[in-house]
Amino acid sequence: MHHIISIRDFERDEIDALITKAQKIQSLGSYKRTLSGKLVALLFFEPSTRTKMSFASALSRLGGDAITVDSVEGSSISKGETLADTIRVVSSYVDAIVLRHPKEGAARLASEFASVPVINAGDGAGQHPSQTLLDLYTIKENMPLDNIDVGLLGDLRYGRTAHSLSYALSNYDVRLHTIAPKGLEIPQWLSKELKDRGLDIIEHSSMDEIINELDVLYATRIQRERFPDSASYSRVAHSYRITPETLENVRKNLILLHPLPRAGEIDPGVDSLPYAKYFRQAENGIPIRMAMLEDVML
Amino acid sequence: MTQKDHKPENGLLISPIQNGTVIDHIKAGEALTVLRILGITGSTEESLSIATNVKSNLTLRPKDIVKISDRELSKEEVNKIALISPNATINIIRNYRVVEKVGVEIPDILTGVVKCPNPGCITNSNEPIESKFEVVDETLHCLYCDNIISSDIVDYII
Ligand SMILES: [Zn+2]
Repeated sequence: MHHIISIRDFERDEIDALITKAQKIQSLGSYKRTLSGKLVALLFFEPSTRTKMSFASALSRLGGDAITVDSVEGSSISKGETLADTIRVVSSYVDAIVLRHPKEGAARLASEFASVPVINAGDGAGQHPSQTLLDLYTIKENMPLDNIDVGLLGDLRYGRTAHSLSYALSNYDVRLHTIAPKGLEIPQWLSKELKDRGLDIIEHSSMDEIINELDVLYATRIQRERFPDSASYSRVAHSYRITPETLENVRKNLILLHPLPRAGEIDPGVDSLPYAKYFRQAENGIPIRMAMLEDVML
Repeated sequence: MTQKDHKPENGLLISPIQNGTVIDHIKAGEALTVLRILGITGSTEESLSIATNVKSNLTLRPKDIVKISDRELSKEEVNKIALISPNATINIIRNYRVVEKVGVEIPDILTGVVKCPNPGCITNSNEPIESKFEVVDETLHCLYCDNIISSDIVDYII
């Protein structure tokens, strides 16, 4: 039985295989109902409307059916039943479980107790492999994942999207440029691990230093609560904001990505520029999740 | 046979044992932590001799010694000790003779030994699982939440 829990569990060829599968699915005008008759539990212990809709849509397009369970007052979930018990029971109802949970490592635990495949749809500040896979998919759609300069911008200390993506990129021939405000730099243990895996990491303190030499710029959210006061937050947020002016001298082939929803990181004026790929990126969540669902159930 | 039946020999801090395990060269002051790691408490059945801050002639540094009668520790059990006392040696005793003497090695995976420092980790909730860490270059990596413990490992020992 095969689960999808963490991008760390993937070898490069497994990532490539999933991306290829997603490309095949997306290139078909109409989808094959390969998961017809399959029933999947979407277990959401914390709200995430977008991720849930995206999995539900992916499943439905492949002909599968969903049972959606949200954590609500009065359900066994809030009556103190362990996740292990919930998973054991739900396993007997369905062909796969898609799990969203506030605790880090919840999906790994679920995979140990489930008798059906588990897909991690985000566990707390932990892993969110479908996001990382769709990020890679979107890069690959625009350029080969080979000999490219990728910039990661924003909160690289706490941002799980950035952590998982940088880990995944360490499978490829990529130079990673990190651009983070003071105090929100990529954690040392992670940059050491990435370097040990052969990734070139170059740290920058400002966007101007490097933006014109990038092929990919991946912006992530900078959260207000990471700063002592709103003045220092505003200052940082302003200097990390991407506007049409910031992009004046960038490489022609630059693509601009963001996991969405955005706060102020990208000026809406950028949306109509050819670099803006973040809405396409969100759209790519569907074929990637279709590929993931097929991957665990077929 | 219990420890009481043996009179300590002259000059010996603790008596020899007939069968069991002697853990020697424990870092001074860590004997009780070693027992805790091994799950040996006052309420378990083993008879124990513990010596702390022993000054031996061979090494100038003091050490602790633990003797456990009628229980031969497995390699897996003793490797947990390496976390706090990497120089410890394990002697398996049968009929007063050392039949096996091994050093300790930090195992590749630590199960149920260390508490994850991340309060948001699922291993810190009421779930029927034990913590699990992968050990790489003396750094512990939580296999559930990916958190890292790279210093003060002793503080996290359960
Ligand atoms: Zn953990």
